[in-house]
Amino acid sequence: MMPKILHDATDPMFAEKATVIETKDLTKEFGSFTAVNAVTLSVNAGEIFGLIGPNGAGKSTLIKMLTTLLHPTRGQASIAGIDLFADPAQIRARIGYVPQLVSADGNLTGYENLLMSARLYDIPHAEREDVIADALARVELSDAKDRLVQHYSGGMIRRLEIAQAMLHKPAVLFLDEPTVGLDPVARHAVWQHLRDLRDDIGTTILLTTHQMDEADALCDRIGIMHAGRLDSVDTPAALKSAIGPDATLDDVFAALTGHDLVAGGTLSNIRRERQSVRSHG
Amino acid sequence: MANRSFLARLLTYLTQIHAVADTEFRKLRRDPSELITRAVQPAIWLILFGEVMANVRGLSTDNGSYLDFLAPGILAQSVLFSAIFYGIAVIWERDLGVLHRQMVSPAPRTALVFGKALASGLRGLVQGFFVYVLSALLGIKLSLSLFDLAGAIALIWLGSALFSTFSLIIACIVKTRDRFMGIGQVLTMPIFFASNAIYPIDLMPPWLKSIAIGNPLTYEVDGLRAVMLQGGVTRYGLGTDVAILAAATVISVLIAARLYPRLTE
Repeated sequence: MMPKILHDATDPMFAEKATVIETKDLTKEFGSFTAVNAVTLSVNAGEIFGLIGPNGAGKSTLIKMLTTLLHPTRGQASIAGIDLFADPAQIRARIGYVPQLVSADGNLTGYENLLMSARLYDIPHAEREDVIADALARVELSDAKDRLVQHYSGGMIRRLEIAQAMLHKPAVLFLDEPTVGLDPVARHAVWQHLRDLRDDIGTTILLTTHQMDEADALCDRIGIMHAGRLDSVDTPAALKSAIGPDATLDDVFAALTGHDLVAGGTLSNIRRERQSVRSHG
Repeated sequence: MANRSFLARLLTYLTQIHAVADTEFRKLRRDPSELITRAVQPAIWLILFGEVMANVRGLSTDNGSYLDFLAPGILAQSVLFSAIFYGIAVIWERDLGVLHRQMVSPAPRTALVFGKALASGLRGLVQGFFVYVLSALLGIKLSLSLFDLAGAIALIWLGSALFSTFSLIIACIVKTRDRFMGIGQVLTMPIFFASNAIYPIDLMPPWLKSIAIGNPLTYEVDGLRAVMLQGGVTRYGLGTDVAILAAATVISVLIAARLYPRLTE
């Protein structure tokens, strides 16, 4: 049983909750460029944590390190109490990851995609069919399970990817820009699925976004990233009230970084983003 | 995990290999058009190149006609050519995002690479089937004994696994499709011509001969000559051919598994 989540970070209960993701001075350098600069972060069990920031702020690089895809240059990190450097395979067994790109295979059916994940995560043969059926039902794709994913809508693909990443019931789910390119209805559906996962299974969720309304609506706490640094971490309400009575998260961001959120991004960021919008339909 | 029995861990490992290979099988079954268009190339070599070269007197082969000599070489060539562009398919999967999902799974990297290698064997076998049919039509005397057919299947599978894994290693190094296209062409031709596929090794100048002896394709062809043709003989022995190909495959898989994570960095 997971404890009910308290949304108020000042509550003393908060400090006692188990920390699931912990980093200290986590740094990634590419040559002379520092993509992630000494990030120290702790995310509690059952929390939905959002990293917000413009393109190129280092959000994706941070997620890639935490999902063991990228080796940090310096610093420490642990997930579910396991050191990131000590045993990547143990970490991988405990996390799920929905990348910004489309990780579902368009040339397979929804069912086949889940079957592949079930085998990769070694879900016992006897349970496999039940686990897949449950996962499909949870994301409301049971009727579409035998259709090729290339004929799915963008929202359906994202839901399938979440089901894929959750099949082995990981302690932490990482999502990189989960609703980029989705229409408002599909976005809200994805948000609702993420909330359900947290509420029903107690999954800790860390996601990146550069959409302030998403951070506001979905996240218990947010961290603002800019130029590789994690500048400020708090609840959306606390961040806003620190700036002024009617402040929005956009105002918070501008006040903290001196930049508008929409500005920035390299050619490759923009290309990748458009690509991902296109492939999501 | 540590206290699980060896058998349980082996089963997990095989399941993970199967996960990767099975998705490839399913995709090939759904859209076999690529397999069919690839069959054109060996046909061109056997019919156009083979029929003309058969009339060149200097090309003395150990026994039988030049076409007999050529057919196993062309089979090995089509195995090589269909496997060597495997790397580009993996780069494509990386660009889509499909590869990331395999990389964050707890499956050992060697299982992911073995899965791909295994799937590539199916492509090779389809090529092999086409070359056999074509060779029969051209009057080449094929050996269809059970032992020889099993040997051919094993050799084709091994060759496909080896060259697709080699291709994967290149993909991990060059990382982009454009660069791969360039380098794929540059590598395929020397592997093909610096082997015993279309002419006997004895015709080669010594420096080329020593390259051919170090070229795994030579052993693929040598083994196929023994099992594909009636009364076929090997130069190095079937056991040696298989052992060399298997060893090269294992080494390639280990290298590829080491480099594989570079693609999703």
